[in-house]
Amino acid sequence: MEDIEHFEREVKLIDENGVRLDGRKSDDLRPIRIEAGVLRRADGSAYVEWGGNKVLAAVYGPREAHPRHLQDPARALVQCRYNMAPFSVSDRKRPGPDRRSVEISKVISEAFASVVFAEQFPRTSVDIFIEVLQADAGTRCAGLTAASVALADAGVPMKDLVTSCASGKIGGVVCLDLDKEEDNFGEADCPMAIVPRTGEIVLLQMDGHLTYEEFQKAMDLSIGATKRIYEMQRDALRRRYSVTLEEILNESPPPPPPAEEPVLRDPTSEYERFEADLDREVGP
Amino acid sequence: MEGRGPVRQIVIPGEAVGGSDVKPGPGTFFEGGRVYASQLGVLTQRDGTVSVIPLSGRYIPQPGDAVIGEVVDIGPSHWLVDINSPYPAPLHATESPWHVEFGDTGRFLNVGDAIMAHVLSVDEIKRIQLTMQDREARRLKGGQLLEISPTKVPRVIGKQGSMITLIKQSTGCRIYVGQNGRIWLDGDDRSTALAARAIKFVEERAQAVGLTEAVKDFLANARRTQGSPGRA
Repeated sequence: MEDIEHFEREVKLIDENGVRLDGRKSDDLRPIRIEAGVLRRADGSAYVEWGGNKVLAAVYGPREAHPRHLQDPARALVQCRYNMAPFSVSDRKRPGPDRRSVEISKVISEAFASVVFAEQFPRTSVDIFIEVLQADAGTRCAGLTAASVALADAGVPMKDLVTSCASGKIGGVVCLDLDKEEDNFGEADCPMAIVPRTGEIVLLQMDGHLTYEEFQKAMDLSIGATKRIYEMQRDALRRRYSVTLEEILNESPPPPPPAEEPVLRDPTSEYERFEADLDREVGP
Repeated sequence: MEGRGPVRQIVIPGEAVGGSDVKPGPGTFFEGGRVYASQLGVLTQRDGTVSVIPLSGRYIPQPGDAVIGEVVDIGPSHWLVDINSPYPAPLHATESPWHVEFGDTGRFLNVGDAIMAHVLSVDEIKRIQLTMQDREARRLKGGQLLEISPTKVPRVIGKQGSMITLIKQSTGCRIYVGQNGRIWLDGDDRSTALAARAIKFVEERAQAVGLTEAVKDFLANARRTQGSPGRA
């Protein structure tokens, strides 16, 4: 019994100073990198790295909806397929749709259906494909964020970009953007998607329990974070198309912008230290 | 807007582009007393109307558009034409330039044929009808077909056709540009290749200002390095 108590103290997800296992504060996001227009064949695409998540999104359309009986004579369908690669998690994920991915596909397509001007394209469908290449909790938020950039890149008319972020509760503290450990061993996880311009909430789910006050706190954290993510999305889209006249006349493609990734961890990771030890043992 | 300077302003869906004093044009929408962009594109303002010229997107047919299509199916009294849009486009036999007997459609156009046609009508549920009752309309024999993004078509044509005239004159090619992003080129091999490269050049740099000058330089350059491509 004592051992267990001892163990529980050891794996505190957040310490007295409010610092989490990976060194973040309760209202810190993981580093996010967004790139628009990464795929040639799709009408629009985006790639998002969000902490340990790596997500690709591709958009086709508006195009003829198939099968025909699904066509809506008044508006376009917004269809989404969220899929996790077999290698995206540590145990191989059985490929193909499952209960979870079907649910996520549904809520994401509904989130986008509320911003896309679907009535401009009757009888068509706008198809969104989200491929999770590497998962580290919060993939639906990363996927939504990527898909939103991909939709804009495809030139689909919409009211605003959709921005998404999750909040949750770990060790009794409401925190922003849970990672894998926090999601697995925490008390609650609450992803949401927001239309930043109007503040509309287009996706809201919760796993676990939060009191009303905690829920309010989680909402505030997520809404605050979506403002930052929104800027990154816009920046990614602008970067894709901004080229100066000189660059155009010189026929040189714009240099890729330097990736700015704030270093959160100590650069000498455990593995590097381990390698250094090995060298010492082998060396003279 | 014309002349030198940086690239024109790029707006992102949801970005405010004007107050209640301006009228929302294409690519924008009005909500709560303000005008917002609905598409990713370049902001333009003219006569109190703001609009966004999209940088990407599918071709949505408009009545009167000249389009280049491929026949994909034949019915007894019509052809079904792929015009690179989300909607199927039928061409009825009575809208063809020939006198077609019922069931005799295959004698005039077959699956795989390319045609230059016009959009006759588009109704509110986007049912499309094509017509070939026009001097310009014809079956395209020979030549080659090039496909570009439909949003770049206005740049390829240029103001009053300035860009396309320039390319036609300096390569000696016959060129048809469809609003749906398909371009038909005909001429000798060398000059078609050059014209295709010039069009690709325009497509890649569509958001630049002073593009006609750049294309002039590009064509002059190509001629110098390649020797003179045929002025057939």
